[in-house]
Amino acid sequence: MPVITYRKALNDALAEELTRDENVVILGEEVAQYNGAYKVTEGLWKRFGDKRVWDTPISEAAFVGLGVGASMMGLRPVVELMFWSFAFVAYDQVVNNAGCIRYMSGGLINLPLVIRGPANGGTNVGATHSHTPESILAHNPGIKVVCPATAYDAKGLMKTAIRDNDPVFVMENTLLYGETWEVPEEEYLIPLGVADVKREGADISLIAHGRATITSLKAAELLAQEHNIHAEVLDLRSIRPLDEDAILRSVRKTHRAVLVDENKPFCAVSAQIATIIQQKAFDDLDAPVLRVCSLDAPAIYSPRLEKLQLPTPERIVEKVLSIA
Amino acid sequence: MEALLETRTAADAAINHELTSEKKIHFLRQMLRIRRFEQTALKQYQTSGQIGGFLHLYSGQESVAVGTLSLCGEDDHVVAGYRMHGHALAVGMSMNECMAELFGRATGCSKGKGGSMHFFAPDKNFWGGHGIVGGQTPLGLGLAFGLKYKGLKGCCLCYLGDGAVNQGAYHESLNLAALWDLPVIYIIENNQYSMGTSQDRSSAFQKCLAARAEAYDIAWDHVSGEDLYEVRAKTWQAMQRAHAESHPTVLEIATYRYYGHSVSDANAKKYRSPEEIEKYRTLHDPIQLWQQRLMDEGILTAAQATELDNAAAAEAEEAVRFAKESPLPNPADIFTDVYSEVDRQTPAGRTGKFFFND
Repeated sequence: MPVITYRKALNDALAEELTRDENVVILGEEVAQYNGAYKVTEGLWKRFGDKRVWDTPISEAAFVGLGVGASMMGLRPVVELMFWSFAFVAYDQVVNNAGCIRYMSGGLINLPLVIRGPANGGTNVGATHSHTPESILAHNPGIKVVCPATAYDAKGLMKTAIRDNDPVFVMENTLLYGETWEVPEEEYLIPLGVADVKREGADISLIAHGRATITSLKAAELLAQEHNIHAEVLDLRSIRPLDEDAILRSVRKTHRAVLVDENKPFCAVSAQIATIIQQKAFDDLDAPVLRVCSLDAPAIYSPRLEKLQLPTPERIVEKVLSIA
Repeated sequence: MEALLETRTAADAAINHELTSEKKIHFLRQMLRIRRFEQTALKQYQTSGQIGGFLHLYSGQESVAVGTLSLCGEDDHVVAGYRMHGHALAVGMSMNECMAELFGRATGCSKGKGGSMHFFAPDKNFWGGHGIVGGQTPLGLGLAFGLKYKGLKGCCLCYLGDGAVNQGAYHESLNLAALWDLPVIYIIENNQYSMGTSQDRSSAFQKCLAARAEAYDIAWDHVSGEDLYEVRAKTWQAMQRAHAESHPTVLEIATYRYYGHSVSDANAKKYRSPEEIEKYRTLHDPIQLWQQRLMDEGILTAAQATELDNAAAAEAEEAVRFAKESPLPNPADIFTDVYSEVDRQTPAGRTGKFFFND
């Protein structure tokens, strides 16, 4: 099976969907002639031309809103945010327009729109560029949010997101763009709302999404090698819709859970997972549900310290050892 | 004298010259329907206790919606701000569905989920009804982009108030409209007040608000809203520019609202004098002026005008009866119309958990 980067997997997904459906159109800053700030859209403008791939000015409110309006007209815009952190200057378009128009129209309108881009810390770009808004955006009914952790998931989820008839926000990770995974050549789709057990284990569940999944896999390896603890790593993949059954299945099997999350802890995705577990699997638990989140301060610049601010395998191991 | 000349010119513009008497009377009927609908809604708001939230009334501005929207063809699309009951009725939405929406009923245009600021009728190319000031301006871009992408010879009329022109989204939209040659027409309905703040206290400008378009190399025009002929003539020029050349335009239409920003505007008569309001009602009311015009043209009698007005009032009363007799949405309806895939129960809509109540 070919081994390709997370970036290439996304690029292939976009190219395949551009080919498949003439209503798919790509919009964003530097996505066309510059080939993408992170090269996710590399080669697409050259291959598909001016009509399908559009360089926008640095003007998120206008081009995100344009995407929403164009989706009303039946197009399937895929709007790139160079960073998901930039969604905040287009927040009205993202939350009120993409998120609420269907509801406020009593279901007369649907918005087949994708907004995508990286949403992660860990690259020493300071607090403004390091937000992980999957929690605050998945907070809004009407919006769907996915956070792929591997190239395989990135491709399958992106293709599904483009074909979905609701607004889907795909949150990628710049630290994963260059990482490689096996990705089959033949076409496949990954449904939204289906989690994936990335590593089987019987002793404790590490429940994560996005790059925290990769960190959890490293922690699981350390736990197995150094402590003979066999952790299961459940990758949520999709935040909303959420695979609640997979979460409960894993916890009922292992009876312990540590939730790993690059969000800040307050109202993080993991906070929602924790409430689901305590409510629905309380009697299955042998220990309190614990969390490893980003340390609760704005993202620090200092490269050595920022590594510590995000969840690390060591912090996960420490947390696991406190209850297992 | 100059004004008179301009008025004559507007009436003689081809787009007006070709109007039949029936069509001209129809415009009056539409304006009266909007006026009566809102007066009735206001009375119900104050007396029935069944209408909640805001009620941003359009009274005094009717010629803008009726004049501009009378020009729309099948590929012309419309999006507006929150003061849009007039636009909704002018595109052909029924008083019943609009009134029922105000009453929060299941028979409302948005099934009681949108309210006064959020009417929609995509089947009539009407895309809302948006509550955040200026938030609809990028949507207008997107509708125009979609038309151009599909090769359709249409345009988007995007309405905003004079209070919206200082929002960043509007300026961003002007830039992109010009940069990409999108067939969008921004129509600033200048009623002189952004809520309780007068234009002089809210906007810095030369000449007029529309003239800011010059900075983006966008054509603009200033229009008297009290003359329906002028509204149509100048809007049609902009629409032709959009249809034929795919260029945007900014139109500023001078108008006035008689009521407060919303019904809950306690200061509606404090930030402007009662005399000012009375002056507009007496001398500049677009309905009175149009009615007089048609009488002067010999195509309308006073008795016919009264008949039209009575019919509009009766229709509004009937809409109230319809709304009051309509069912409320069910509690279960809170969870429909959130996700298209869930509503249609597609495989995607049946996979994973979408709602987190339990």
